[in-house]
Amino acid sequence: MFTRIALLVLRKDVAIEFRSFEILSTTLFFAVSCVLVFAFALVRDGEVVADAAAGILWIAIAFAGTLALGRTFERERYAETVRALLLAPAPRAAIYVGKLLGIVLLLAAAEVILVPLVALLFSAALFARPLLLAALLTGGTVGFAGVGTLFAAMLVRSRTRDIMLPILLYPITVPVIIAGVRGTAALLAVPSDDSVAVMWISLLAAFDVVFITLALWTFEPLMTE
Amino acid sequence: MNFDFDHVQLRDVSRHFGRRRALSRVSLTARAGDIVGLLGPNGAGKSTLIGVLATLVSPSDGDVRYGDRTVADLGGILRQRIGLLAHELLLYPELSPRQNLTFFADLYGLDSRRVVPDAIERAGLTERANDAVSGFSRGMRQRLALERAILHSPRLVLLDEPFTGLDDHAVGIVSERIRQLAAAGAIVFMATHDLDLADGLVTRVALVRGGKLEADAPAEPGIRARYRDLVGR
Repeated sequence: MFTRIALLVLRKDVAIEFRSFEILSTTLFFAVSCVLVFAFALVRDGEVVADAAAGILWIAIAFAGTLALGRTFERERYAETVRALLLAPAPRAAIYVGKLLGIVLLLAAAEVILVPLVALLFSAALFARPLLLAALLTGGTVGFAGVGTLFAAMLVRSRTRDIMLPILLYPITVPVIIAGVRGTAALLAVPSDDSVAVMWISLLAAFDVVFITLALWTFEPLMTE
Repeated sequence: MNFDFDHVQLRDVSRHFGRRRALSRVSLTARAGDIVGLLGPNGAGKSTLIGVLATLVSPSDGDVRYGDRTVADLGGILRQRIGLLAHELLLYPELSPRQNLTFFADLYGLDSRRVVPDAIERAGLTERANDAVSGFSRGMRQRLALERAILHSPRLVLLDEPFTGLDDHAVGIVSERIRQLAAAGAIVFMATHDLDLADGLVTRVALVRGGKLEADAPAEPGIRARYRDLVGR
């Protein structure tokens, strides 16, 4: 039941995105623009500021994620479909998981473009340790989206949601961004520092478990007026 | 677990939003077959009352009993028996009627291959079943929204301004559908400003003003005159 409902919500979000292509296109456009601006600012004669690639990658992911979170829940607010979801005889936590999976999927699609772009523009060996990089990106994306989905859902009926979302989201997800940046920087070091990267991946996994568990507990009461 | 009930009872229900009192000690009982017209001026508390009945808004005081149970006893099982048509239509405009209804049918655990074609036909949208809802007129959307709200044959049907923006033809279709639901044993609550439409459709009138239930009586012809007497305008 729980998994079925989560997958139904995910499938619905994917169907809407296929019809409109709105969130993926704006998120990608924003993230790619962000990376390009930083590339012009920070790359001089092929020389890059140390660890810039790691920072830019995670800034682009965080900004694109915030945009995707806002737009995804704006869609549910526009025709009050969020009320229809909450009225369904389904575990509300399953609705949270479905929305979370949709955000993670969108960000994963953005990362498929962003990672090669950052590697190219910043001459960064991001694919030297592909499994560790994938683990970092997965842990970071799930953590960021996990907290963000809860806050975006909470704020869906608030008039100040566009202002409040980053104010609430960024302080709590700072550990995710720091872990992502330091873990990626460890992978880009010459030679790469795998043990440090694994330590940051472990921290991300712990963050994900704690915050997603909290979100599953609190989603139902937070969504009841 | 299947759950059903034949009456809904609000017992001294109050709801405050901060210092604003949206509902104040409202007590009301409705039975299967009733079409209760919730009447009152803007900001009277009608939509809050609908939200409380829908389990989307928690009362600050008092409780709502569905048969002899409360939402705390039942949770999601109770929501299987509630259908809501709000002022906003609760439909995804990017999706087609078929996709919208299939999603909600699956969400309610219904056999979508059986219920969706019937609902599309009742909404009169067979020819447009695969077009995006965003291109539909208000009347077409409203008919579809009503079918979405009652797709799972709910016992408690909550309608918040169901006639907004509808032409005479669409009003006739929606009114007839509401009568059919009540005749089939649904408990219908309908918040509306349209007193002429309520006249002859509702079986009971509940007048709400300033969050209080000012009158609750069987409907009689001439609702507008009675409303004017009570509200003073």
